[in-house]
Amino acid sequence: MNWNVLLPLLIVCSSLIPGVLIFFLSESSIRTRTALNLFGAVLKLLLLILVYFGYRSGQEYAFTFQVTVDLQFMLRIDALALLFAGLSSILWLITTIYAIGYLEGSPNRRRFFGFFSMCVTASTGIALSGNLVTFFVFYEFLTLTTYPLVVHRGTQKAVEAGRNYLFYTIGGGTVLFVGIVGLSVLAGEVEFAQGIHLAGFVETHPLELKILFFILLAGFAAKAAIFPLHGWLPVAMVAPAPVSALLHAVAVVKAGAFGIIRLIYDVYGIELATALSVLNPLAFIAAFTIIYGSIRAIAQDDLKKRLAFSTVSQLSYIALGAAVPGMLSSVGAIVHLVHQGIMKITLFFCAGNIAETTGLSKVSELNGIGRRLPLTMGAFTIGAFGMIGLPPIAGFVSKWYLSIGALDSGQPWVVMVLLGSSALNAVYFLPIIHAAWFAPPPVGGWADKRPNRRLEAPWMLLWPPLITAVVSVLVGVFAASWWSPLTLARLIVERVYFML
Amino acid sequence: MTALLLLKNLPAWLVILPIAGGVVTFLLPPKARGPAGLVFAWLTTSLAVLAGAVIAGGGSLSHALGGWPPPLGIGLKLDGLSAVFILMTGLVGGVVSFYARVYFDKVVENPARASMFWPLWLLLWAGLNGMYLAEDLFNLYVVIEVVGIAAVALAVLSGKNPAMVAGLRYLLAAIVGSLAYLMGVALIFGATGALDIGLAAAALETGPTAKIAFALILAGLMVKTAVFPLHFWLPPAHSSAEPPVSAILSALVLKGTFFIILRLWVEMFGVSLTFAAGQVLGALGAVAVIWGSFQALRQQRLKLVIAHSSVAQIGYLFLLFPLITVPLGMAQTPDWTVFAWTGAIYQVLAHGFAKAAFFLGVGVLVIAVGNDHKDSLLNMVGRLPMTTFAIGLAGVSLIGLPPSGGFLAKWMLLKAVFASGQWWWVPFILVGSLLTAGYVFMILRLAFAPALKETPLRPVPPGLQACALVLAIAAIVVALPAEWVTGLLEGTSGFGNAVEMISGGGEELP
Repeated sequence: MNWNVLLPLLIVCSSLIPGVLIFFLSESSIRTRTALNLFGAVLKLLLLILVYFGYRSGQEYAFTFQVTVDLQFMLRIDALALLFAGLSSILWLITTIYAIGYLEGSPNRRRFFGFFSMCVTASTGIALSGNLVTFFVFYEFLTLTTYPLVVHRGTQKAVEAGRNYLFYTIGGGTVLFVGIVGLSVLAGEVEFAQGIHLAGFVETHPLELKILFFILLAGFAAKAAIFPLHGWLPVAMVAPAPVSALLHAVAVVKAGAFGIIRLIYDVYGIELATALSVLNPLAFIAAFTIIYGSIRAIAQDDLKKRLAFSTVSQLSYIALGAAVPGMLSSVGAIVHLVHQGIMKITLFFCAGNIAETTGLSKVSELNGIGRRLPLTMGAFTIGAFGMIGLPPIAGFVSKWYLSIGALDSGQPWVVMVLLGSSALNAVYFLPIIHAAWFAPPPVGGWADKRPNRRLEAPWMLLWPPLITAVVSVLVGVFAASWWSPLTLARLIVERVYFML
Repeated sequence: MTALLLLKNLPAWLVILPIAGGVVTFLLPPKARGPAGLVFAWLTTSLAVLAGAVIAGGGSLSHALGGWPPPLGIGLKLDGLSAVFILMTGLVGGVVSFYARVYFDKVVENPARASMFWPLWLLLWAGLNGMYLAEDLFNLYVVIEVVGIAAVALAVLSGKNPAMVAGLRYLLAAIVGSLAYLMGVALIFGATGALDIGLAAAALETGPTAKIAFALILAGLMVKTAVFPLHFWLPPAHSSAEPPVSAILSALVLKGTFFIILRLWVEMFGVSLTFAAGQVLGALGAVAVIWGSFQALRQQRLKLVIAHSSVAQIGYLFLLFPLITVPLGMAQTPDWTVFAWTGAIYQVLAHGFAKAAFFLGVGVLVIAVGNDHKDSLLNMVGRLPMTTFAIGLAGVSLIGLPPSGGFLAKWMLLKAVFASGQWWWVPFILVGSLLTAGYVFMILRLAFAPALKETPLRPVPPGLQACALVLAIAAIVVALPAEWVTGLLEGTSGFGNAVEMISGGGEELP
């Protein structure tokens, strides 16, 4: 056993073990719990940085465990794995701080943080999975560990949302299961390796491959909230704000989107997927979801619900980019995986802050809120502008690559969809921003109560959205630097297309 | 020297030790039965672990009682397949025994009456080990009767009215089942003059006698295994027994007769199996999966939910039979049979651990709240977190979510189904999983829901909660040593084999 074998396992365990330990602590030992949480989060990040440098210098990291005949558990580092694991570990660290502040004094925090760590373990596992079976293990683990978080508040509404959530995710998981078993009967073990395991079957079993592609796609789409499987996401926003933030940015919906990316680039491979002409239907569904989600978002008065429909729309950018063949679109899809996460988590943090400090949750009540919460609303504004796609914020970079990618591959209708979506984004975000900054605050209620502290909100709630807002500007401005998600995305795409 | 003797006679000890335990505990005064019973139970568990370790090296261990070889004497044979079943029985039995020790000592109203649990349970255990070891048909009949009677007696241990009514039904089913089996055996004995499975199978010729005999044997054993539609006795009996007894009945007893069916199917029924025979068994299993899960979803009492769930989970096991019954002239072992076998055996293991955990967990709830109505679950996660967690884990394995024993079972079964081309089983497996998810998450949803009024909990002895958790964890981690288990199974003569059916219509061979 050398370090290159153990490191992937350690990265997964760095949140699993703290999570398990937290269950054994007592409810009142807050300090130990916080220390464990932060220790795990920082350790995971450090290990990932270590592995990142190793990977760039040509090291290979893989852990395998043969469970039984052709059923292998495999964790492996590749560029895409690093991107997603990096995203989830950074955002986990930030969300942990936010969650500690947000839940201060509320009951059942032990359970919350225990499952919170499990949830991050699952999404790291999804990132590092080296084959479909391992991916499925963590994918289902994610379903199970997020359920207690969604129903955390224990109210009737939360329990209903949890039921809705399970209905979609367990159903999707079952469909995925059939697809994976089918693929493994056809082709044996399917590693994530640019489709080399399936290439031999394109002549003999094209129909089976096509059917299996759509079965697998449906399994992922249930989590990625692609129309018509998006119903659970807007309901699930009853969960506490940090959970919504994590759910929308890195955990559940992202796992689905990441699955679609793995399916197209690593299970089938872009060449095979194009040859089977399975990508066009996906592109149409994704485009429809983009527009549909935006239109539904306009009609929502509940802020978190509006953000949720916005996620439905934004998530399909990733699917759309992946479904348009061509390097530039692929870069757009992969980089949006990260950019959407950073921007959306900012927006949810802000929504949580608004609710926590003023008790407001409706868009129509936000008049003048910028005076009371200038920093929070500043972060919100950056996130929203990014979503619309204004330069130099991260969202612009994604949309730029998606658009020129579409033109490059001769599908100009995609650009129309993106433009239409940007316009719709503006329609549902700009009124919020306008009301917050330029409308007079109402008389009475929250506006009369002055905050009795120096900061507008506790620092644990204030810093996370500020950090993520700044990051979403930085990754846009410095998109060409060596550490940016864009650079990593280009690296991934080069590997996909040139099989480096 | 003694160690060697123990190893050589291990098959005999696996039966004799629990019988001795049963006799000793019966003779002891009620107060002493618990401690002594637990000692015998754990000794039997140790022997079971020893059996697993011995067979892990490969091969099998045969023992002729009293030194008389068959056909005169009684043969016992320990091979990979029986070792897996014995090991599962031993591990689940060991944990359940500890639970029972605490439960019958601290919780029940009438400990003296309840102490009869020990002789009955140890006798039952001896019978189960006998089922996995016996080499001849009549011996099997004896142990089937022993297990049947002991199981009925255990089911009515509480002496409460519903248990007595259910017990009577159970008794009726048990007697009809073993009589049908006995008649089948008599026909075979008449035709071949042999009772030893190997000798009888070799002498048996295809024809109406064999067919009727097999049908009788199969029907009898299927009543006992509670295969749809012969499961009518199971839900009331399993749901009205005391928690450790329910665990034993659901997790262990049903597997004994399944083992016999499987064994006879492979070693003996080959002479007159048709494609239809396999399909009929598979179809009954498939319907059981749907029907049992659907019924479980509709129940208002938790123990009834779990009992109906057993009907469904047993159904999965019977999907093995159509998969290992292959057309004449097929290669000796088509590549999917190993998957089918592994899937079924893993289903046995996963269900054994998970179901026992489930019953013990609900037992804890009943102690704490006083009843097993669904509403007593409200806010269980806040009040009994450890037990909720155990039930959740057990549920994960029952649904077949990864990484658990149940997942491995469904993975293998589904794979075998696809590879064999018998795709019509796929919807049953999947819908069964979804319905299972339905009732498992119904339980968890209630456990997370707020309670309307909090009734104070009665104290639960520590240890009881841990038992349920240990078994639930076992249902998950049993997936890890899959390589070891398949290695163990591959040493068995019958494992992975397909049975060639005779020509499609069941006619005699030309």
